[in-house]
Formats: sequence, C-alpha cells, structure tokens
Amino acid sequence: MGQQIHIQQHDFSVDEIYTAMRHQYGSEVGAIASFVGLVRDHNMVAGDGGDVQTLTLEHYPGMTEKSIQKILDQAEARWPLLAIHVVHRVGTLAPSEQIVLVIVASAHRDAAFAGAQYVMDCLKTEAVFWKNEQSDLGQGWVESTDADKVRAKRWDV
Amino acid sequence: MSQNSVVESQVNLNVKFFASLREQVGTAELHLRAANLETLLNELEAHLSEAGFEHLLSPNIRMAVNQDLVEGNWREAVLVFADGDEVAFLPPVTGG
Repeated sequence: MGQQIHIQQHDFSVDEIYTAMRHQYGSEVGAIASFVGLVRDHNMVAGDGGDVQTLTLEHYPGMTEKSIQKILDQAEARWPLLAIHVVHRVGTLAPSEQIVLVIVASAHRDAAFAGAQYVMDCLKTEAVFWKNEQSDLGQGWVESTDADKVRAKRWDV
Repeated sequence: MSQNSVVESQVNLNVKFFASLREQVGTAELHLRAANLETLLNELEAHLSEAGFEHLLSPNIRMAVNQDLVEGNWREAVLVFADGDEVAFLPPVTGG
C-alpha cells in the first residue's frame, strides 16, 4: 500500500494531493475519502470563553512519524486500502487554518471511509503531537478529550 | 557462587522533555551520564527542581528510549543504557 506521512509547517493543497493520488494509483481506485481538520477559535483549555488566537503544535521529529506509521499499518491490516497519505502541520496556526489531512484510496467506499475515520480517531489519541492554545486569557496545553478516547477505543474489537 | 556480575558502565545520554513537561522542568534537554534507569533517575533528581522531578514521575508521563515507548510502567522497568541513547519523557499526546 502507498503510505505517505508529511509533517510540515507550511500549508497544503488538498486538490494537489488528491489529484496526485488519483493519478498514482490508477483505475484500481474506486473511492477516495479525505478529511481535513481546521483550527477552531473555541477555547478548549480554560473553558473560560476566551477566543483562541493561535494554536501551536509541537512534535518529536522521528518519533512522531513513527507513531503515525503505526496507525497507518494498523489501518492497512484492517481494510483493503490502496493508499493513505497524512499531512500534519506543526508550528503556530491561526483559527480556520488547515491542521491535518487524511486521504485514503480504496477500491470501495466502505474501506475508504472507515480507514480515514480510524486514522483520524487514532491521531487524536496516539500520534506524538502536543498542542498549546493561546487565547486572550492566557495559554494552556490541550489534551485529547474523553470523547476522543472513547472514539479511538471503539475500534478495539 | 562467584561474583562475576556485569558491571554496568556510565554512558552519555541525551535526555529530552517535551511540551508541558518541558515547561515544568524548565529545560528541553539535558546531557547526563548514567548506566541504567535507577542511576538516571538519581541524576534527574539531582539536576531538576523538586517540583520538576515530581512532574516527571507523575502517572501520565511516558518514557521513550531511542524513540520507542517503554511499555507498561517505565518506573518499574529494568533498563540498561548504551552510549548515546536518547531518552525522552512525554506528557499526554494529541494530534489531528
């Protein structure tokens, strides 16, 4: 299966990545599902109603890629996938900027949808990133929520 | 029994702290010499503030050696280091 993992500061173009995937994997591909995560202006840390001004993502070069690789390997073992590309940004981002892209190609839609959702759910709880939220009321570290943990857990069958 | 136990030698370690833990211990990286986890913890206790060391030992901190997570409770692991090993302490992660 084609796996690509890119950790980068700069923005990405879903169009370009989607088009490249269509051409690279040819007519075997019957479905491509993509998910893009954006920075919200909602304050998750303090819950104090302060508006988020920036979100800074930190990673551990090498180990972060390894943690994502493991998630993609697990997805590949569960569904007949032809390709998964993950682009994850790091550094300081403003509300409504793109943070993450998960794009999955398969012969059929069920595997493409499920694979993309699985990878996203696992990124929330397993991928080696840290998020620091800066709002007008201060700064704080974001942790995965209980809801995130429940979502990731439901895949353990 | 003869006393031919292996003598573990002190090696150079690169110790990294990330995110909230980095802020709590007040440094991103320390270069320490230790032979095993026990001696590393002694070194860390000596180099970090009391509060910083306490944060390091808190239950949600995970440890990685050469970018591989130590499975289970790392505080109870038996680890012998090799020269140049990279040891990292990680607070809870979240991506996406």
